[in-house]
Formats: sequence, structure tokens, C-alpha cells
Amino acid sequence: MWKSRKEDEIPASTPSVFNPKEVRPVETPKPVNEFRSEVAHIGKSVLVKGELSGSEDLYLDGEVEGSVELRGHNLTVGPHGRVRAHIRAKEVMVHGKVDGNINADRVELKKSAIHVGNIVTQRVIIEEGAFFKGSIDVQREQKPEPKPAVTVAAVSSSPAASTSAPLGQASLLEPKR
Amino acid sequence: MGSVTHNLFRSIFRGGAAGNGPNQQPSAARVNRRSSGLNEFSKSIAGLEGLCILDLGCTSAPNISRLTGMGHKVCTEDLLDAALDPLLLVTGADGKRTVDVARFLRESLKYQGQKFDAVLAWDVPDYLPEPLVKPVVERLCALMKPGGILLAFFHTRDAGPDAPHCRYHIAGNDMLQLQATPRDGPAVFRLQRVFNNRHIENLFREFASLKFFLARDNVREVIVVR
Repeated sequence: MWKSRKEDEIPASTPSVFNPKEVRPVETPKPVNEFRSEVAHIGKSVLVKGELSGSEDLYLDGEVEGSVELRGHNLTVGPHGRVRAHIRAKEVMVHGKVDGNINADRVELKKSAIHVGNIVTQRVIIEEGAFFKGSIDVQREQKPEPKPAVTVAAVSSSPAASTSAPLGQASLLEPKR
Repeated sequence: MGSVTHNLFRSIFRGGAAGNGPNQQPSAARVNRRSSGLNEFSKSIAGLEGLCILDLGCTSAPNISRLTGMGHKVCTEDLLDAALDPLLLVTGADGKRTVDVARFLRESLKYQGQKFDAVLAWDVPDYLPEPLVKPVVERLCALMKPGGILLAFFHTRDAGPDAPHCRYHIAGNDMLQLQATPRDGPAVFRLQRVFNNRHIENLFREFASLKFFLARDNVREVIVVR
């Protein structure tokens, strides 16, 4: 009576019935250095002299002299990175050495970082142990001004004011006949 | 609980590090203490925005965060680290090794056209090599705006080689966080001399006024107005 029914148990090795609707896509393992395809990479043996610009994120572990401009994209200076350049990017993270000014929305100096130069940013993070010589000018984020919706409502409610409204909007504000 | 309280008092009033267990790095220990000089400094910059402040101590993230958060522009320059550069050492006319003052001033404290409203000098003058003290104070005087304020600390007695060099972090309007510099680190700072009040007044004689505050841990805090 208390004996379990072996026929109800499904052995683990029993192949399940093939149901094409339940088949999940097989995930291929990501290659170890996949990030290299997403982030441009400059290795530690590379020396670049001149203007370095791009429209993708950059991991820089080599040496750069000149200027680095990545508008809207991030720059990471690796632990072997040696940059003697002015940097302009969206976000800059420094593990190595930078000699030059940094202009970015966010700047992060890691504990191994050595930076000589000025920083103009909206947010700066400096880890303990980082060396920094220069000035930091934190500029406040410029929030977009709210659209004057109240003004539009006021214009629509007062006929005298509607004459001063832009011509393009006047037709929209006119009551339907 | 009792031992914790005892350690805290010891660390505050004797300058030791609180809770230095075997697994803790001495450099990581930070001790809070009140500072009348810092309180005066904070009052003088309170309510103002867009000031230029020069921090001459070791790079301190809390100081930078606090001051930039108040809307000020901060310049940091680790003057002691620069003064210990072995490349600065030259042989003088008397055959002794000395610091090349001209070279130091060429490479440090160079802010063309920049004038500062406030300077955090901490205890840098106590640790600077002798030939650099006066030229550095003169350079600071030239870099500050009239009415600008400078905060400096001076030891009141020589505690010998056991006197720890500290990094100063601002923890509040009148609260400092002291962090002892590791003695096995890349740079070891030794107290060079002890200034008395007369020495300090002479050192800052180009400035408009001085105000002294005596702290409990053998440190004299001075507010100097340019």
C-alpha cells in the first residue's frame, strides 16, 4: 500500500517526447575576448601620436600623445595606459597615467591612477590611492527646461493672446467649426 | 565595550590609530577630531559659491567631493610629494646636498593668472625641507586674492620619529578625519622642525592677519588672512 509506484517515476535518462514548440535556442558560449568587438582596444605595445578620435567606446592600454576625442562614448585608460593628451569623452575611467586635461560628463580615477592636468566634468569619483595634481571644475548638469504647456493653455483660453501665438500653432488652437 | 572606548580616546588624544587589529592596515585607520581652525575656515566660505580653493595635502577624495559639491573649483597639489623628488637634490656651494629651490618653484605651484580665495595648507610647512618653506609661503601669498584665507597646522612639540604624518580629510564643517600615512609606503615624511608663535608670525608677515587655535593633540591651528 505504501510502496511507491515505480511506473509513475520517470527515469532521468528517459528521453522526453520531442516537442518542436518547446525547443529553446541553443546559447553559444561567448568568446572570452568578446568585449573587444564591442569596445575598441589599443594594446599596451601600441604607441599613437596625433589625433585619436572615434565614435565607439575605447579601451586604451597603450601610449597616446596628442588628443583623444570620443564624443558621446567612453574611454578607459588601462593600467598600462600612458596618455599625454587632452581627452574629451562622455565618460573617462583612468587606471593608468594621464598627463593632460580631461573634459567629460563623468570622470573616475581608480586607485592606481596618476593624473596631472585639469578636469572639467559633471561628476568626479576619485578612489583612495589615486594621485591627482590639477584643478577640478564640476559643472552642474544642464536639465532640459520643461515645455511651456501652461502658456499654450493660457493662449487657447484667451482670444486676445492668441494673436501673439506663432502662426504654426494658431491653426491648432483654433476651435473646430 | 570598555576597551573600544579606551582605544577611541587613546586614538583621539594621543594620535594613535583606532582599532588597529592584525588584519587592518594602519593606513586605513581614520580618526575623527574636531578642528576649530577648520570651523573658522568653513564659516568664511559658507554661503559662497564658485570660489577657487587650493589643497596642498595628499589627494583626498572626500575633500574634493565636499568642496566641489559646494560649487567651488578645487586645485590639488601634493606639495610634500613634489618636495621629496630626488631630482630636486643638488650639491650646494658648501658641498652639502640641498634642494634646488628655483627648480621646485618652476615645477610646482604654477598657476598662471589663477588666484585663490582659500588655501588648505594643513601641516605642509612643518614637513617641507628648510630651504623651501619661505619661498613656498611667498608664492602662496602671491597666489592668493586679498582677503583670501589660509588654514595651516603647526606642531607644538617635536614628538620625534614616532610622530605620524597624517592626511587630512574634511568630514564636516568642524570635523577632520586624520589618516596616518603608512611608514612602509613609497614616501616617508618626517617632521622637520617645530615653529613657535613668533616664527609663524614672521613666516606670514606679508599677510594681513593671523588667528591661532590650540588643539589638544599638540597641534596649533592657524587661520591666515591674505
